[in-house]
Amino acid sequence: MSVQAYFPGCSLESSSREFDKSTHLVCKALDIDLKELPDWSCCGAHAAHHTRHNLSTILSARNLSIATKEGYDSIMAPCPACYNRLKSAQIELAECDKKQAAAREDFNFQINPDLRVFSILEFLAGIDKAVLQAKVKKNLKELKVAAYYGCLLVRPPKLVNFDDPESPVTMDEILTAVGATVVPWDYKVQCCGASLSVSDPDIQAKLCADILEMAKLAGAQAIVVACPLCHANLDLKQGQINRRMSTHYDIPIFYLTQIIGLAWGFSPQELEIDKHMVDSMSLLTAVLK
Amino acid sequence: MKIGVFICYCGNNISATVDVEQVAKFALTLPDVVHSETIHHVCSEPGQNTIKQAIKNKGLDRIVIGACSPRIHEATFQRMVSAARLNKYMLEIANLREHCSWIHEDRSLATIKAIDLVNMAVCKVSRHKVLYPSQVEINPRTLVIGGGIAGIQAALDVAESGNEVVLVEREPSIGGNMARLDKVFPTLDCSGCILAPKMVDVANNKHISLHTYSEIEKVTGFVGNFKVTIRKKARLIDTAKCTGCGACTLKCPIKAPSEFNLGLDSRGAIYIPFPQAVPHIPVIDKTICPMVLKGKCGLCQKMCPTQAIDYKQEDTLIEESFGAIIVATGYELVDWKKLYGEYGHGRYPNVISSMQYERLLSASGPTGGHVILPSDFKKPHAEQREPKIIAFVACVGSRDEKVGRPYCSGVCCMYTAKYAMLTKEHIPAAEVYIFYMDLRAAGKSYEEFVRRAQEKYGARYIRGRVSKIYERNGRMVIMSADTLLGKQVQLEADLVVLAAGVASSSGANQLAQKLNISHDQYGFFIESHPKLRPVEASTAGIFICGACQGPKDIPLSVAQASSAAAKVLGLISHEKLETSPLVAEVNINRCIGCFRCLEVCPFTAIEKQEMRGGAWVARVNPALCQGCGLCNATCLPGAISLNGFTDDQILSEVEAICLVNPEL
Ligand SMILES: Cc1cc2nc3c(=O)[nH]c(=O)nc-3n(C[C@H](O)[C@H](O)[C@H](O)COP(=O)(O)OP(=O)(O)OC[C@H]3O[C@@H](n4cnc5c(N)ncnc54)[C@H](O)[C@@H]3O)c2cc1C
Repeated sequence: MSVQAYFPGCSLESSSREFDKSTHLVCKALDIDLKELPDWSCCGAHAAHHTRHNLSTILSARNLSIATKEGYDSIMAPCPACYNRLKSAQIELAECDKKQAAAREDFNFQINPDLRVFSILEFLAGIDKAVLQAKVKKNLKELKVAAYYGCLLVRPPKLVNFDDPESPVTMDEILTAVGATVVPWDYKVQCCGASLSVSDPDIQAKLCADILEMAKLAGAQAIVVACPLCHANLDLKQGQINRRMSTHYDIPIFYLTQIIGLAWGFSPQELEIDKHMVDSMSLLTAVLK
Repeated sequence: MKIGVFICYCGNNISATVDVEQVAKFALTLPDVVHSETIHHVCSEPGQNTIKQAIKNKGLDRIVIGACSPRIHEATFQRMVSAARLNKYMLEIANLREHCSWIHEDRSLATIKAIDLVNMAVCKVSRHKVLYPSQVEINPRTLVIGGGIAGIQAALDVAESGNEVVLVEREPSIGGNMARLDKVFPTLDCSGCILAPKMVDVANNKHISLHTYSEIEKVTGFVGNFKVTIRKKARLIDTAKCTGCGACTLKCPIKAPSEFNLGLDSRGAIYIPFPQAVPHIPVIDKTICPMVLKGKCGLCQKMCPTQAIDYKQEDTLIEESFGAIIVATGYELVDWKKLYGEYGHGRYPNVISSMQYERLLSASGPTGGHVILPSDFKKPHAEQREPKIIAFVACVGSRDEKVGRPYCSGVCCMYTAKYAMLTKEHIPAAEVYIFYMDLRAAGKSYEEFVRRAQEKYGARYIRGRVSKIYERNGRMVIMSADTLLGKQVQLEADLVVLAAGVASSSGANQLAQKLNISHDQYGFFIESHPKLRPVEASTAGIFICGACQGPKDIPLSVAQASSAAAKVLGLISHEKLETSPLVAEVNINRCIGCFRCLEVCPFTAIEKQEMRGGAWVARVNPALCQGCGLCNATCLPGAISLNGFTDDQILSEVEAICLVNPEL
């Protein structure tokens, strides 16, 4: 069993516990022991980097320095916002000697410049497809899904370069490897509205309605995501979107790790699929037979 | 030794910051200086006469002029010195303008620096030796590389003088990109009608030898005397027997995407690239011909009435000599399919490039000039649809830092306006939208042309960069900003045409290396001076024209081609060429034959020479040497010296600035 440092971030401990749960199950099945970073703090996303950029960098630097101190050579952060903040801070500190020096002086941070930061997508993309395939126990062929990457999983290209930033394929490939039917579509990286769901829900409703419509037109029965915010905007808010836009979407939204888990024989309950706001169970009953 | 010093006011360019009178006064205190004065404009006729007079009256034998950069007037001043019967290399210029007055503010400090500069020049000139240029013969033949409109024009212009030209084109036909174009801005005349006659002229001109399907293998030599090896790739056709009837192409069972029509239709393994091809001779694609690959088929051979097919033919190498070379290798489109995932990476049949649209418009194109949706190509004729709404997207792969193409394509503002007009003529009911960033129509009558597209043809211009193109219910959706309205827009269109940017032609960097000329980071060849030497490459005797120098349209390409031809004619009109004596020289008594100099020489000017005793020493070919001094600096035993910049001369300058002058 190999050990992998794990940075859950705030969402995976609260609104998207099922992402955390399913990530653990999938990693366990891969014989990977996820070790939560001790005493981790906020990654510096949202509130922090809206108010003071440096604060956001320092917060991530703190987490990176903990990983360094613990002797890890990589750290996995499933939430794309955490992933983005940790990576940005690392690059920013490496590029700017002065800042790094200041960060070190004030807080005594030591950061391994070669420390690798992964999202769950990048992490899984690095695993041989044959390994993913070999673990399949349930046939997901009848399940037609659209892979939705959102804004931060594969972008910006300066930070992230394991996939095409405008037309990514890695999630499609993983889903195909575990047996799901993946539909081609064009809205893989369109904006879901992110935190506009709080500040300007009209815009977010329109953006998400477009995504749901395009998935439907492409023939998808469900959308697969790997981001707590995308999930919240598309799942939690789907009812609100329908009311605002006078639409009737009823499209289940899964986490990537939940679909992998299903294929590998975990039950929907273990994967907490029953916690979704849009009913996902009826679809699964219909297609998993 | 009698040195004369002349300090120029240069209007007030120098005198405003430098006390020229004090500089002139100081110069008189230097050893061997017998005359020193200031002049308001040394370069003017009275200024030059003053110096000539002083040379005559005082018997001056060395001259120092403190004025502007030698890059500006050195040649003029050398002529003046020669006219006064002095060897022109007995002159030294101290750059008091670019190196002093223009870049400093403090007058007293600038004056001290000017004094130092003049002091250096005086010390150096006192060690000058009389030098004489040598002469080489000039071969009057010219090589033109690339047979697009620029290469064609240059070849015809040089041949007009009766001198011999060899034109080398790597494709099976000449014509280049212009052969693909339908009608051309700014006059909308038919591209074929103006190009095809010139292509035929090239073929028929008795002074031009044409090598198509050929490439440059190797180049050695120097201005006036280049030796070039040309690889004639095997067409597998005996060109002497072929009549160009085309019968061989009729039965070929193989299909491959046509290069000429950019994949809009297909060609056989044996094919003539396009109907107006020059020469009108087919070529066999060896990578797909079953006869070449497996020895099976041979249908084309059976069809040929003159037994011209020769599957066994091999590449041949020919060696030729030239006095001058014109490079006109043109451009290619930026590979938008690779770069733009947001536009679908090329997976939508109805999102095409501008050059493909040229082929759709062209009467000799795959649809006979009917603009129909590429998605319908395979459908029965009755079901083929014309697009009703067509969107053109400018700057795809131009002015885009994100994809590493920050420069302008130079042509897409104009040709998208052209498409607006031509589209309306093909499909009067069509709606035309053009997404653009800025309208750049700076050529003669270009602005009027774009206006016409807007006002007479009703093209709708939307100012904004397109963020995404995708398919929805069988139509293409374009998402963009409209920066004039400050809004986001979405447009559904039947056909989207991307104005793909202009890149240098593939292999441009390798060719530059063979020719020893410079290119920029994008592979465009660099001219010697952006204003004053626009068609000269960085190596003497090599000229550049057309889109290989940077994106440009046909009028500019042709103008540059004629200008390159004029430069070549100027060069080869002399029987002999005077070469600068400011070159490196080897003292063979000191040379130890380590040949470090040979490794560092960027101009391949160093040769190995065997001495009578069997030892090898270095020799400098003065015709190739550009006097850069790298060998001089590299030579450990100090066997190499550079005329005009000997170690002794340079050290004397160093000494002059290091010695603190007690009078200042
Ligand atoms: C879509 C589009 C539309 C356009 N419309 C217009 C218009 O309406 N009006 C206008 O004025 N301009 C137009 N232009 C611009 C026009 O195409 C160019 O100005 C012109 O073709 C440049 O000519 P050239 O001879 O420099 O290059 P090219 O036409 O590219 O010719 C270069 C030739 O060199 C050959 N070559 C390349 N490398 C080698 C090598 N290593 N060895 C031997 N041969 C080599 C190539 O095969 C080619 O035949 C348009 C351009 C585009 C992209």
